[in-house]
Amino acid sequence: MDTASLTTSLIAALPEVFLACAGIFILMVGVFSGARATHTAMLLSVAALVGALVLVLFGPSRAAFAFNDLFVNDGFGDFMKIVVLGAAALTLIISFGYIRREQLDRFEYPVLLVFAVVGMLMMISANDLISLYVGLELQSLALYVVAAFRRDTLRSSEAGLKYFLLGALSSGMMLYGMSLVYGFTGTTSFTVLADHFAGQAAAGQELWLGALVGLVFVVAGLAFKISAVPFHMWTPDVYEGAPTSVTAFFAAAPKVAAMALVVRVLMGPFGAWVEQWQQIVVFVSIASMLLGALAAIQQTNIKRLMAYSSIGHVGYALVGLAAGTEAGIRGVAIYMAIYVLMTIGTFACILCMRQKERMVEGIDDLKGLSKTHPLMALALAIFMFSMAGIPPMAGFFGKIYVFLPAIEAGLYALAVIGVLTSVVACYYYLRIVKLMYFDEPAEGFDRPVGREVGAVIAGTAVLVLFFFVAPGPLVDGAAAAADAFFAVAG
Amino acid sequence: MWELTLAHYLTVAAIVFTLGMFGIFLNRKNVIIILMSIELMLLAVNINLVAFSWHLGDLVGQVFAMLILTVAAAEAAIGLAILVVYFRNRGSIAVEDINMMKG
Repeated sequence: MDTASLTTSLIAALPEVFLACAGIFILMVGVFSGARATHTAMLLSVAALVGALVLVLFGPSRAAFAFNDLFVNDGFGDFMKIVVLGAAALTLIISFGYIRREQLDRFEYPVLLVFAVVGMLMMISANDLISLYVGLELQSLALYVVAAFRRDTLRSSEAGLKYFLLGALSSGMMLYGMSLVYGFTGTTSFTVLADHFAGQAAAGQELWLGALVGLVFVVAGLAFKISAVPFHMWTPDVYEGAPTSVTAFFAAAPKVAAMALVVRVLMGPFGAWVEQWQQIVVFVSIASMLLGALAAIQQTNIKRLMAYSSIGHVGYALVGLAAGTEAGIRGVAIYMAIYVLMTIGTFACILCMRQKERMVEGIDDLKGLSKTHPLMALALAIFMFSMAGIPPMAGFFGKIYVFLPAIEAGLYALAVIGVLTSVVACYYYLRIVKLMYFDEPAEGFDRPVGREVGAVIAGTAVLVLFFFVAPGPLVDGAAAAADAFFAVAG
Repeated sequence: MWELTLAHYLTVAAIVFTLGMFGIFLNRKNVIIILMSIELMLLAVNINLVAFSWHLGDLVGQVFAMLILTVAAAEAAIGLAILVVYFRNRGSIAVEDINMMKG
C-alpha cells in the first residue's frame, strides 16, 4: 500500500484511529499516576468518546472504502456509530458515582470500555469477514474482562466466566461458518461476495449447500452476540452478575453494534438470498419476542427483568430486518436508537436504587417510590410505558416503524405475534408502575442520587416522552442509513 | 494408493469441530476441558481455512488462519485469567458448581 492510499485510509478510519490512540493515552495516564487517576481517566474517556462522535458527525469527509476494501464508510455505519458512541458516553457518565461507591474505581475500567467501543466501531464498518472477526473479538475480549470486573465477588466472576465460555463458543461457530463461506466462494470480501451471490441469483442458480450451511453458522454466532433466542441463555445470568454499570453498558452499546453487524452481513453480502435467511430471522424473532414476554413475568430481580426485556426488544428489532426492505432497515435503525435511550434511562434509575449505602436490585424495593422519590418514579414510569409501547412514548413509534414494513412485506403472522407479545410484556412493565404508585412505600432510597445521573434520567425521559413532537431528525437519519444498502445494490 | 483431497481435510475438520462442540456440552467435570474444547473448535476452523486456501490457490485463507491463531491465544489468556479469579472466589472449577445464578 503506497503512502497516499495509506493516508486516505487512515483519514477514512479517523474516528476509530482517534479513539484507539485516546484509549492508549488514557491507559498511560492511568499507569503513571496510579490509583488516584480513575476520575481523570473516566473524564478523559467520556471526552474521547464525545470527540469520536464529533469526528463522525463533523470530521473531514471520509472515503467510502479503505484498507484494501476491508473497511467501509456509509450512511448506515455513520448512524450506528453515532448511536453506539452516544450510548457508551452516557453509560460512562451514569457510572461515575457507582464505581466510586462500590470501590470499583480502577482506571482500567474506562480504558477497557473505550477499547470495546473501538471494536464496535470496527465491526460496524467491517467490509470483510476478517475485519468483522477482529473487530468483534476486540469488543468481546474487553467485555469479558469488565463483566468480571468486581473480582472479589462470586457473582461477578461467575458472570464473567459464563460470558466468556458462551462468547468463545459463539465465536467458534461463527468462524466455522466463515471458513465455509470462504471455501465455497473463494473470497472474504463483502463487496465481492455480494456481487458473486447477486450473479448467482440472477442466473437462477440455487445457493450452494456449503455456503448455506456457512450462512446458518454465521447467523447463529451473531445471534449469540445480540442475545436472540435460542442463543440467549447467557444474558440473564451475565446481566444479573455483572456490576450494574457494566450491565447498563452491555444492554446498550454492544447490542446496537451487534445488531448493526447482523444487518450489514445479511443485507450486504447475503442480500441476494433474502428468502434463504428470512425464515431464520422470522423464527429467531418470534422466539425472542415470546421468551422476552413470558420469562420476564416471574422475575424478582430488576436486572434479570431487564435482561429478558432486552431479549424481547431484540426480537422486535429483528421484525424490521425480517421484512428485508428499505423501510424495514430504517425501522431497525430507529428501534435500536429508541431502545438505547429507554435502556440507559432505566439503568440510570436502577443505579440510584441504594438503601443504607448498599445496592438493592429487587423489584419490590421500588414499592411506593412515587411517595419517596416522585421525580424518579415519574421518569421510570415514562420508561416503562415507552418499553411497553404505549403511545405517545417513543417506544410506540419504534414498534410502528418495525411492524409496518413487516406487514407491507406480507409477514402478517410475524406482526400479529409481535403485537400480542407486546401486550403480554405490558403486564410486567406496568406492574413496576403499579408498585411505584399504588403500593405502600418501602424504605426510601438513599439521597442524593448524584447530579450527572439525575441529568441523564431527566434528559432521556424528556426525549422519550416528547419524541413525537419532532421525530424528524431521527427518522431522516435512519432513512439515510437504510438507503446505504439499497443505493449500493441498485 | 489414496490421494489426499479437499474432502478429506474438510471431513477431519468437521469431526474435530464436532468433538469440540460435544466436549463443551457433554462435559460436566472441569472448566479447563471446556477451554480445550474451544481451542479444538478454533483449530478445526484453521484446518478448514488452510485446506480451502490450498485448494483455491488463494492466500487469504492462510492470512485469516494466522489472525485466528493470534486472537485465540489472547482469548485463552483472558479465559484463564477469569478462571483464576473465579477459583479464588469459589474454590472449585467444576462445571456443576457454576450455579450461583440460575440458568
